[in-house]
Amino acid sequence: MSDLNKLTLVESLLGIKQKKFNPKEIFSDCLKRIKDIDKKIFSFVTTNNLPMSGIPFAVKDVLSTKGLKTTASSKILDNYIPPFDATVVEKLKKAGSAVIGKTNCDAFAFGASTENSGFGPTKNPWDLTRVAGGSSGGSAAAVAADECIFALGTDTGGSIRQPASFCGISGLKPTYGVCSRYGLLAMASSLDCPGPMGKTVEDCEVIFNLMRGEDEKDATTKTGSHKDPPLLKLRRTTVGLPKEFFSDGIDNEVKDSVKEAAKLLEKNGIFFEEVSLPHTEFCVPVYYVIVSSEISSNMARYTGARFGHERKLFEEEVKRRIMLGTYSLSAGYFDEFYLKASKVRRLILDDYQKAFKKVDLLLGPVLPNVAFKIGEKTSDPLKMYLEDILTTGANLAGIPGLALPCGFSGENLPVGMQILGPHFSENLIFDLGKKYQSLTDWHKKRPNI
Amino acid sequence: MNKLTKQEVDHIGGLTNLELTDIEVEKFSTQLTKILDFVEKISSVDTGNISPLTQTTGSKNVFREDAVKESLTQKEALSNTASSYMGLFKVKQVLEK
Repeated sequence: MSDLNKLTLVESLLGIKQKKFNPKEIFSDCLKRIKDIDKKIFSFVTTNNLPMSGIPFAVKDVLSTKGLKTTASSKILDNYIPPFDATVVEKLKKAGSAVIGKTNCDAFAFGASTENSGFGPTKNPWDLTRVAGGSSGGSAAAVAADECIFALGTDTGGSIRQPASFCGISGLKPTYGVCSRYGLLAMASSLDCPGPMGKTVEDCEVIFNLMRGEDEKDATTKTGSHKDPPLLKLRRTTVGLPKEFFSDGIDNEVKDSVKEAAKLLEKNGIFFEEVSLPHTEFCVPVYYVIVSSEISSNMARYTGARFGHERKLFEEEVKRRIMLGTYSLSAGYFDEFYLKASKVRRLILDDYQKAFKKVDLLLGPVLPNVAFKIGEKTSDPLKMYLEDILTTGANLAGIPGLALPCGFSGENLPVGMQILGPHFSENLIFDLGKKYQSLTDWHKKRPNI
Repeated sequence: MNKLTKQEVDHIGGLTNLELTDIEVEKFSTQLTKILDFVEKISSVDTGNISPLTQTTGSKNVFREDAVKESLTQKEALSNTASSYMGLFKVKQVLEK
């Protein structure tokens, strides 16, 4: 067989079981694909060039990999080799997967386009003049371009869902604490979530179930209360469409694709109603205060003494966020910024909890637009921050969200939608996602590269 | 409106040990002022009796036994440093003699 790199994870597992091919052959085909096309899209910062006997997966470069360079896509860590694996990486290795390489991202995952990477932007496999999204842009592009079977990303304000949406793949931001953060180079500790990025929702579910679980090395992990909600077929399921997610600021072709998806699901037995998340407009300002504050504290560890280089080599966006966070935590401004933002954060969680009393899940676009041009938003940081308007709410509330493709724009760029649910409702979210993918084939489309 | 002056940017740059260049100080003064101006819209939200939220899934004081366990070896812990001395990290002098 050839082109084993095109397989989904579920197809790979089945073929291995039936002895049609072995994991090493899949690994070799993926390496060949990387050699052939990665110079065009730049998904990988580092590759593992020895074919391994495991299903090849790509790991965002902020997750530690034992013996394999982990740079956070920042020049400050361009020589750092972790002596240990992140818990989520270790779990996947134990389950029979092998790391094929480390994927490009915005430096330390600060950004929404990978343009903040210290090594250059990842290009969107659907259109090389556009961004792959971010911050997990390399992981999304690697999956979309069949350079690996699946990938890991991290989502602090949308960094899994946004690039998944721009590249036409599926990706889950889990409930906060369900997947261990141990070995993740911390960005904002109350928001960071490692999660799966795959070719289908079904693949994401398999990966998620291997990744999740309590970890004594991360005291915030919490799965003890993870009660499996009844599956779709066993219940009447109502999905809310938040009216703020369909407002004037959202491109029509994005809104139309998501509405079409809702219509299709409605025809197939899912109930829909409009709901409201009235504090949506405050998500981005609250997020940037909290994220910068936590960043300024987390980034203090990079002194150049134990690993890496001097702080003056931080990329511009890293410096900007450290500055903003230090200011908003400083005496005289703490109440006005950090404390105020933390209070509004509670109102944002309240919005979601009220909505989930009426409906089981929520559905909406991931972003207001499809993938934008490289360089289009780099001159104005605020413009880039506004990309996060529909994604940051799930992080601030700690709830899970699944991005999956639901159509294409007039310029043949993928459009994505997200399914959000209450804390620990991943199973129900996957169920709805799988139902949608059984009715459509958007997720089967691949870029011609 | 919170105007972040160049002096303030310079001061924060010192606190954060970022060694900002003059060009960066100038740029950040303008950009951070604009960002602060934008985030200030949160002040319009009534949060009178609302308590701050920092933990979303309800975890509180998670404890584990304080037991000695296997950890990195000294060699592994020092494997990424540019400067070590007799099995220790060697850092710049902090206190004056």
